[in-house]
Amino acid sequence: MKPGRMLREVLMSLGKKPATNLYPAEELKMPDKFRGKLKFYSEKCIGCKLCMKDCPTNAIEIVKVADKDFEAHIDLSRCIYCAQCVDSCPKDALEATRDVELAQLDASKLKIIFHAELPKNPPESA
Amino acid sequence: MHDPKNKFRIPMGPQHPALKEPEGFSVALKGEKILGVEIRLGYNHRGIEKACEQRSYVQDVYLIERICGICSHTHSTCFVQAVEEIAGLIVPERAQYIRTIIGELERIHSHLLWLGVAGHEIGFDTLLMYSWRDREIVMDILAQVTGNRVNYGMNTIGGVRRDISKDQAADVLKAMDLLEERTKYYIEIATQETTIIKRLKGVGVLSHEDALRLDAVGPTGRASGVRRDVRADDPYAAYGKLNFDVITSNHNDVYGRTLVRVKELMESYKMIRQALKDIPDGPITVKAPRNIPAGEALSRYEAPRGEDVHYVLANGTDKPERVKVRAPTLANVQAVKHMLRDRFLADMPIVIAAIDPCFSCTDRMVSLNEEDHSHLLRWDELRAYSIKWHRDNMSIDFSGLNKKLMDRIK
Amino acid sequence: MTSVLRQLFSILIFPGFLFLVVTGLGAEFIDRKLYARLQNRVGPPWFQPLADLIKLLGKEDLIPCEANPRMFGIAPIMALSAAVTSFFYIPLWGNSALYSFNGDILVVLYLLTLPTLAFFIGGWYSTSLYARIGSVRSVTQLFAYEVPLFMGILSSALLADTWSLAKMAVFYTEHPWFWVFNLAGFGVSIIALLGKLEKAPFDIPEAETEVVAGGFTEYSGRLFAILRLTIDIEMIVGASLLAAVFLPFGLGLDPVAGFGLYSLKVLSIVCLLALLRTILARMRIDQMISFCWRYLVPIALMQLLANLIIKGLLMR
Repeated sequence: MKPGRMLREVLMSLGKKPATNLYPAEELKMPDKFRGKLKFYSEKCIGCKLCMKDCPTNAIEIVKVADKDFEAHIDLSRCIYCAQCVDSCPKDALEATRDVELAQLDASKLKIIFHAELPKNPPESA
Repeated sequence: MHDPKNKFRIPMGPQHPALKEPEGFSVALKGEKILGVEIRLGYNHRGIEKACEQRSYVQDVYLIERICGICSHTHSTCFVQAVEEIAGLIVPERAQYIRTIIGELERIHSHLLWLGVAGHEIGFDTLLMYSWRDREIVMDILAQVTGNRVNYGMNTIGGVRRDISKDQAADVLKAMDLLEERTKYYIEIATQETTIIKRLKGVGVLSHEDALRLDAVGPTGRASGVRRDVRADDPYAAYGKLNFDVITSNHNDVYGRTLVRVKELMESYKMIRQALKDIPDGPITVKAPRNIPAGEALSRYEAPRGEDVHYVLANGTDKPERVKVRAPTLANVQAVKHMLRDRFLADMPIVIAAIDPCFSCTDRMVSLNEEDHSHLLRWDELRAYSIKWHRDNMSIDFSGLNKKLMDRIK
Repeated sequence: MTSVLRQLFSILIFPGFLFLVVTGLGAEFIDRKLYARLQNRVGPPWFQPLADLIKLLGKEDLIPCEANPRMFGIAPIMALSAAVTSFFYIPLWGNSALYSFNGDILVVLYLLTLPTLAFFIGGWYSTSLYARIGSVRSVTQLFAYEVPLFMGILSSALLADTWSLAKMAVFYTEHPWFWVFNLAGFGVSIIALLGKLEKAPFDIPEAETEVVAGGFTEYSGRLFAILRLTIDIEMIVGASLLAAVFLPFGLGLDPVAGFGLYSLKVLSIVCLLALLRTILARMRIDQMISFCWRYLVPIALMQLLANLIIKGLLMR
């Protein structure tokens, strides 16, 4: 018959650092191979569209801009970050990065395009 | 709603601070005593079974996974097992072991979450904060191994998508040691803290015969001495090769359910350590065809809440013909009415929380046997039917609502 | 004229209304911060209760259409005025209170009961189902903790042979160390104070997971701000009362040191209440009543008896 069994543990917590991650003051690091935003390498893409077929939410669209040049339109609000497209692609043209801070105030900024021409391939909003 | 003989009916739900998900409980009260409870489900129905029929099997794996956040691996594995059985695929052993390890990690995370929720329902927020802090250890491990904290996306038809490396296995073992120490502390608290025992003992009593009659599954049933566990009765994945005990208790009440869950945590640590030691090398997946041949299969899985059943009917194309899911909470929720008779209002949140309800899993279509009464309603007909039903049965009149809203906007 | 101004200053500013508001908000901050740190969390910054108050004062009052608007509006104001008024009779850091007369200990105890009745009235006239259940629980709880609390406090007054708080302070200053005899009563009163302030394990009327917010469910905006302020001030008044009745040592010091000692006493009682809130789960109402009548009342009775015997022995 002992009330207050947690007393010792609770008093010891006064001396410990709080177990809170003070985001955004402290940085939030996701582990390796965390499935975040996608990255598309247009030089490797062959336009087979297997990623489009397997995407559960139709979030990715491969558009042909020239012969053997493809660009990818990805809707970040539809993507569920399952990385099935990464697995389905036979040429490893897609990769999941660790970027998870994707919130925007403007919904149109969530539709990103990976262009075919530029060599470094920075993503641009539609 | 006020009966002059000081009996009245209060709604607990669909929106209520005690409930984590919307479900409608209508409680008839006299003072503080509960006279009866009426349960209405269906607020979380999203049409997942129908949506499955319009997507290919590969896409369905992710859809089924998102039926619930806490038992996501459960649903995903159960579905994938059914499809693999229809297609006649032999899943490699390493994949079976990996599925088992992730399944047990999920059980740990679910039981720790339950411990916190139970603490919150009896007003003991300190237990909530501490158990959820320890749960973060499991979430970080899962994020490292699978790539996400919930909805792991580990399964694919024919095996698993990712392998567990040696470093990750070492991290998992370290986490198991840490968690085992913390769980021993929680067992101590649960069995010795007077205020917890007073709130949990004798509450939500479900005798052994009633548990069998009302088909209680999972920890709810096991706390009433019903020794049913799909992992032991009908082993799937790698459970046939692991050594573990099925925990039962004969307390028959919420206290027993707490003990069963906390002791199951200890069993899970044992199982994960065994699995990581015995895991064989080899491939992690076999190639699965896109078109699954015609056939049907029923697959069962022991979710943290009980027995989960999936039925898949395939017709030779790349989309399933019919998918049916029966979640464990649907079996357990019948027992809630029985457990709450002649109890106090203050016991209601903890009794509901003790069956570990997951109404996202539960709300599927259940068709009753009414031959020839099939009806197709248009949207406005459905709305008129709904207004009439609520006016007749719940004495709420919604018919003026749209008009009032339109007047205010104008 | 200056005497009237001085009295107004005492009542409204220091140690009256404004002082109570400031210390009440400070007590809420300490309670919440300590609660958080004991749970290994960070907790709110120091200005959080003030920010909450200002925010609530700026929000709209929504009165349900079935509620009685007059009673609904009067209840918080009644509670606040009763809690503030009871503070004037408690000796803080000297041998005298702001106002004192013979029998003021009963007036203080009565005035401290009024907020509970006001919560009941406010909840009852809200006509919402949750509010009614919560308000009835509030009054039911009153039957449980009131008797031990009164007996504990009155046993200390019995030893001092007076019904006036200020005269009690004088008695205990003349007979140092006599307050040690009242420690059992102190223990009983602290637990009963948990019931009055509706803090765990006796926060049954406001049980968030059972009745949303109990009697306060329908309150919003300015009236809710007044209710929260009342609860904070009740904590300070209750702690000051316990400090004056059970810890009446060091009352003869000069004002500054006396103020420091008083703050220390109140601070330690507030911290003790926060600690008890952290390590105990919530009771059910029937368990609470049985606990109070089975354990607290006998201890209080024994304290009363012991004080009677001691008084008889010592006054010889």
